Amino acid sequence: MTTAQPLIQARGLVKRFGDFTAVDGIDVEVRPGEAFGFLGPNGAGKSSTMRMIGCVSPPTAGELRILGMDPRRDGPAIRARLGVCPQLDNLDPELTVRENLTTYARYFGIPRRVAAQRAAELLDFVQLTERAGSKVEPLSGGMKRRLTIARALVNSPDLVLLDEPTTGLDPQARHLVWERLFRLKRQGVTLVLTTHYMDEAEQLCDRLVVMDGGRIVAEGSPRELIDRYSTREVVELRFVVDSQQDVAGKLDGIGERVEVLPDRILLYVADGDAAMAQVHGRALAPASVLVRRSGLEDVFLHLTGRTLVD
Amino acid sequence: MDTVETPRRRPAGVGPALAVLEYHLIGYRRVWRGSVLSSFLLPLLTVVGFGLGVGAYVDGGVAGVPYLDYLVPGLIASTALQVAVAESTWPVLGNFEWVRVYAGQAAAPLRVADILGGHLAYVLVRVLISSVVFLAVAAVAGSLHSPWALATLPLMLLLGLAVAAPVFAFAASIPSDNYLALLIRLGVIPMTLFAGVFFPVESLPVVLRGFAYLSPLWHAVDLSRAATLGTAPTWSLPGHLLYLTAWALVGCGLAHARFRRRLVF
Repeated sequence: MTTAQPLIQARGLVKRFGDFTAVDGIDVEVRPGEAFGFLGPNGAGKSSTMRMIGCVSPPTAGELRILGMDPRRDGPAIRARLGVCPQLDNLDPELTVRENLTTYARYFGIPRRVAAQRAAELLDFVQLTERAGSKVEPLSGGMKRRLTIARALVNSPDLVLLDEPTTGLDPQARHLVWERLFRLKRQGVTLVLTTHYMDEAEQLCDRLVVMDGGRIVAEGSPRELIDRYSTREVVELRFVVDSQQDVAGKLDGIGERVEVLPDRILLYVADGDAAMAQVHGRALAPASVLVRRSGLEDVFLHLTGRTLVD
Repeated sequence: MDTVETPRRRPAGVGPALAVLEYHLIGYRRVWRGSVLSSFLLPLLTVVGFGLGVGAYVDGGVAGVPYLDYLVPGLIASTALQVAVAESTWPVLGNFEWVRVYAGQAAAPLRVADILGGHLAYVLVRVLISSVVFLAVAAVAGSLHSPWALATLPLMLLLGLAVAAPVFAFAASIPSDNYLALLIRLGVIPMTLFAGVFFPVESLPVVLRGFAYLSPLWHAVDLSRAATLGTAPTWSLPGHLLYLTAWALVGCGLAHARFRRRLVF
């Protein structure tokens, strides 16, 4: 396999469940060594896409090649070289931390002695060595997630799939997971992850696609997406209660875009201080002002809307 | 992370199914003492309670042998049935719904047949252990009259598969465990009562006798009794074996289809 060949190549990939189209014709290419993200609200089709890439869900239509092979025909051979960290933990709570790794290693035909050695290395990597002999059941959510990540690495995979790797974890646990994933990335492991956390995507992803309603609505590096779909800075203005609608009309023409939210007004501008000078110039006196850099969250909300998806 | 060479291809043959069996056995290793103890207690208590207690009221025995000796081969089979059902109901549903072990296995280079075959093999190991224990208790009680009694072990494996495979299929088809209680009440308990374990099916009304003949349990009971008493079965030997094999094969086919549907979608 040459390094130029993409590890994942999807063309017009479709997944339908009955009448419902979960993935509606997406094109994706993931290259060796990169960290690639699928972003999107719930129901955008991220997990369905990940299941197809993980070769546990046959595509309804379109072309999909993983590691140069066809998932319809070579599922087990592809899965032998993947690591999968699912959205919902499926560790065995009755087995010990170590046994969860060694039994899983056996599914890959790894000899027992090698499995034990590999388990020890991986427990060290995810900082669970001290818990190696204890049962999984009483572990915290963050520990279980780290163990699941270790399990996904037991076969030294070419490609690691992480479906919402830090959902439900507290901030300390999230940062520890990110730090470990970042190390993997530095070692040259190709990561594909889904997330709806923008900070996670900005931290980890070299390149990402934003999905909405089963389609890809944007693609690029975090920086490119911010440049393309948002302004350099955002000014958040809060006014005294109920005066917001009246004020909104008076802000026209400042910056590229004005967005009125129930509790504040957002001005998308190139230069926050210059924009504030204009606001004051129009004799408006907001109760509070926050000037910040534009982030992926602004891109995300702009592209997928603010309507709640359940 | 690459200090260890790992195979790059899916291992061939039955290796993957054996790896799944190994996983289940490692889980069993944590509880086996209690489980073997209870597989001793159950036959011991039933032998004492039914064999000696009830048997004292059965004058002249049944079918020409003491009631205890008549009962023991039936209990060996009904215990194999109980173990097979217990290991194929909640554990299977749990591996889909609660612990999600199967989903983890499906993400590895295993095929559905490996996941199913490895778990079924584990259930058969459990059936075998309980049958060996029961046979030992029966030997001590002096209820075995023929060396053919050893043939009950492979027979119980066949019964175990004939029961476990269709129950795997059932457990893989239902959304919640309410349906499992239904299976126990409408299937397992009537089978245990009417399939010739405690008394000859000939003493049943015709309708219930038909139910007994259809159940896999009666076929195993009839053969088990012939083996421990050293007599001829009341029905054809190949007929019994073929009927049980049919349950096992159809069950495996259904279970594979249901597992596939629930794991690969």
